[in-house]
Amino acid sequence: MSLKSWKEIPIGGVGFKLSTEIKTGEWRALRPIIDQNKCTKCLICWLFCPEPAIMWDGVKVEVDYDYCKGCGICAHECPVKAISMVPEFGGE
Amino acid sequence: MNILEFKPKYPREKQIMMLLNGDEAVAYATKQSYVDVVAAYPITPQTIIVERFSEFVANGEVHTEFIPVESEHSAMSACIGAAATGARAFTSTCSQGLALMVETLYIASGLRLPIVMAVTNRALSAPINIHGDHSDAYLMRDSGWVMLFVENVQEAYDTTIQAFRIAEHPEVQLPVSVHLDGFFLSHTMENLYVLPDEAVYEFLGGPRKLVKVKVDYFDEEVDYALNPAKPLSMGMLAFYDYYFEIKTQQVEAMKRAEKVIVEVNEEWYKLTGRRYGDGLVDPYAMDDADIVIVVMGSSASTVRSVVKKFREKGVKVGVLRVRSFRPFPHKTIARLLKEAKLVAVLDRAASPGSMGALYLDVISSLYMEKEKPIVINYIYGLGGRDLSPLLVFKLIEELAEDLKRGFVPEEKVVRYLGVRE
Repeated sequence: MSLKSWKEIPIGGVGFKLSTEIKTGEWRALRPIIDQNKCTKCLICWLFCPEPAIMWDGVKVEVDYDYCKGCGICAHECPVKAISMVPEFGGE
Repeated sequence: MNILEFKPKYPREKQIMMLLNGDEAVAYATKQSYVDVVAAYPITPQTIIVERFSEFVANGEVHTEFIPVESEHSAMSACIGAAATGARAFTSTCSQGLALMVETLYIASGLRLPIVMAVTNRALSAPINIHGDHSDAYLMRDSGWVMLFVENVQEAYDTTIQAFRIAEHPEVQLPVSVHLDGFFLSHTMENLYVLPDEAVYEFLGGPRKLVKVKVDYFDEEVDYALNPAKPLSMGMLAFYDYYFEIKTQQVEAMKRAEKVIVEVNEEWYKLTGRRYGDGLVDPYAMDDADIVIVVMGSSASTVRSVVKKFREKGVKVGVLRVRSFRPFPHKTIARLLKEAKLVAVLDRAASPGSMGALYLDVISSLYMEKEKPIVINYIYGLGGRDLSPLLVFKLIEELAEDLKRGFVPEEKVVRYLGVRE
């Protein structure tokens, strides 16, 4: 990604890119993994996710790893313990 | 243009003479400036600027939304919010109130919102003191606001109206503060000429005009304002990747403000027949002056009246009043002062551990000149102590002795004027 000069950007630090272009998932240290066999599709994780990075297409619950910061609220709230937090970068 | 033939658009006979104090003059100027939002908190030490303005609101004389907030921090925050939606916003404060506002001052300038604020310069606690000095103004020195210091009530009125033009200029887009000395101007009645309402409306070009910004997610340029139809994000996060660039834009805008202040001063002259030097500095008897006194604010009048008497006696002394403290007109000041032999810079606030803020700017302006005068710093008038004509008389006599001696010992570079030894 090339950064722009001060002459190219709009004044006042106004956001000139779409906020979705900023992939906050890069910040994540712990990755939530959903065990689809345990998942009851209660959507409590979808309700609690502050990002919101839990995606529900009517069939399957999945995590949007582009924006999930790995806070672990979903794993904490899951009543059937279907979500486990796995360290990124092989746990080192 | 022949000066004798020059006639302003609104000569004195077309203006209205009023008897107002500095606060009322600022309130009256704000009333005429078609301000959309005024937010203020009248804590002690408050001034009557917003008090008088709230009367205009209560009487239905203005369309302004008046927001009585719970602190100065909130007052500036409300102004930032209002200005971000595209409104013309105004507030006023002084001393402790300004100190509480400091955090949000940087946000106003960082977001490039053209807010206008009247600051009645007063001392900061402790000890508790509500009288006039420049300590509060020096507190906001690096906040990115355009800072204009006025000399009298007439100039307070004129500068408040000019401030909206400077702030909202598309090349500038920075907040502007108008500084009038507490009590010396804020509570002193003076006769002044005010323009008819329609003249001010015309001068300002009606309500605030917005500048355009180009963002990736809209095809066309959009107004720099919060508008649900064309949403923008303001107050974004910018780390080491963009913070520097955004601050550079601010610094460059401040440089352009220097030119705009000069233009607006000239335009005001064509409209009213009044101008203040070139808008940045106001020199008096400087042409052949050996000794020059540099001063800001209301004390300039006292210094000038004493200098006039010395001039009659043949002492070559002049006065340079700095009107624009930020942007500081380094080049103009270097050009005007390099011919002098001795310069005294009067600071109405101390900087413990360093020298006066105005002094530091003046000496740094002169540093690159080959021939430069000796420059002395005087700290005076703290906590509202009067700078009497007698004190100025003694000051000039002291300077004349220094000039005769031809040098100033290092320990006498920073001096105190009017303190009991």
